[in-house]
Amino acid sequence: MSSAYSITRSVNPPRAVYLDFPLGRTAGKANDKPLQRKIMIDTLSALDSIQVPGTIRELPYQWSDDDAWKDLVMRPDPNNSDGHNDSRIERVTTAQYQCDADRAAAEATLAKGGCSTCVFLEDSRA
Amino acid sequence: MSEKALIIAAELRVPAAAVTTTQGREMSREYVDYIQRTREQYDDLGYTPYAWVANDDVPPFTPLAKPLQDSRVGLIASGGIYCEGQIAFHFKDDFSYREIPRKTAREKLRATHFAYDLTDARSDPNVVFPQDTLQDLAQLSRIRELGPNAYTFMGGIYSVRKVRDILAPALADRLVKDEVDVAILVPV
Repeated sequence: MSSAYSITRSVNPPRAVYLDFPLGRTAGKANDKPLQRKIMIDTLSALDSIQVPGTIRELPYQWSDDDAWKDLVMRPDPNNSDGHNDSRIERVTTAQYQCDADRAAAEATLAKGGCSTCVFLEDSRA
Repeated sequence: MSEKALIIAAELRVPAAAVTTTQGREMSREYVDYIQRTREQYDDLGYTPYAWVANDDVPPFTPLAKPLQDSRVGLIASGGIYCEGQIAFHFKDDFSYREIPRKTAREKLRATHFAYDLTDARSDPNVVFPQDTLQDLAQLSRIRELGPNAYTFMGGIYSVRKVRDILAPALADRLVKDEVDVAILVPV
């Protein structure tokens, strides 16, 4: 499943479906179960019916009536005084919890012997 | 946004007619070319160009071994999903992954990631992690079942090597051990 056509074209997976939605909604709109289900049924159908390796099948759903949202993606923010499109945040190796309660819950898991479902892989080159 | 910026943005949409799939079918609408926009953004900031993965060979292709209604389906998502009680992802080339048991309630799921708008994923994780959607389709016998676990990671990994040589093989190994017949990959 993809909402970034050019990236998926470049990666070239065996089969793909393309949904023309803003990033962060690859499988549908929030709290719209009927649409999510239709998208997944189409996705499963593509698994079954795509015969040519590398095919990207476009799904027939639109995010909104017009495409105005596309003009705002990764464009300079007019409120940013230097005119650059710089939304970087510092990249650190500390866990980024959605909320403080999650940090406490994870610390409790670790205190009870560790997180068996958190898998940290070894890099032999590191 | 200034008028000039709007014009530039409109020009950066790729005309639908310029795009074809390998089957030659045209895209019906203009799409956002994220590779091009990233190039523009990096140029603007004075960065060296981002090295996108480019696979030119015909991808490996395995026909389905059995009908979908008889298939166990795996789910892998890169949207930074973790569940309550797990360690969250960090934002600096984190190539760890999380195992999310099939029966995890959506209220226990969280999303953490840079560079995409998390509002919808936090309101309804199914937009980047369609576990409920697939469970419902199993109930409707469209698929046999989900695998015992889904697997999630943080998509913002800048090392292609770590993904290709370490993370992807580890996830593929999990799917084999889970004896799934097909897997759905959900990037952001």
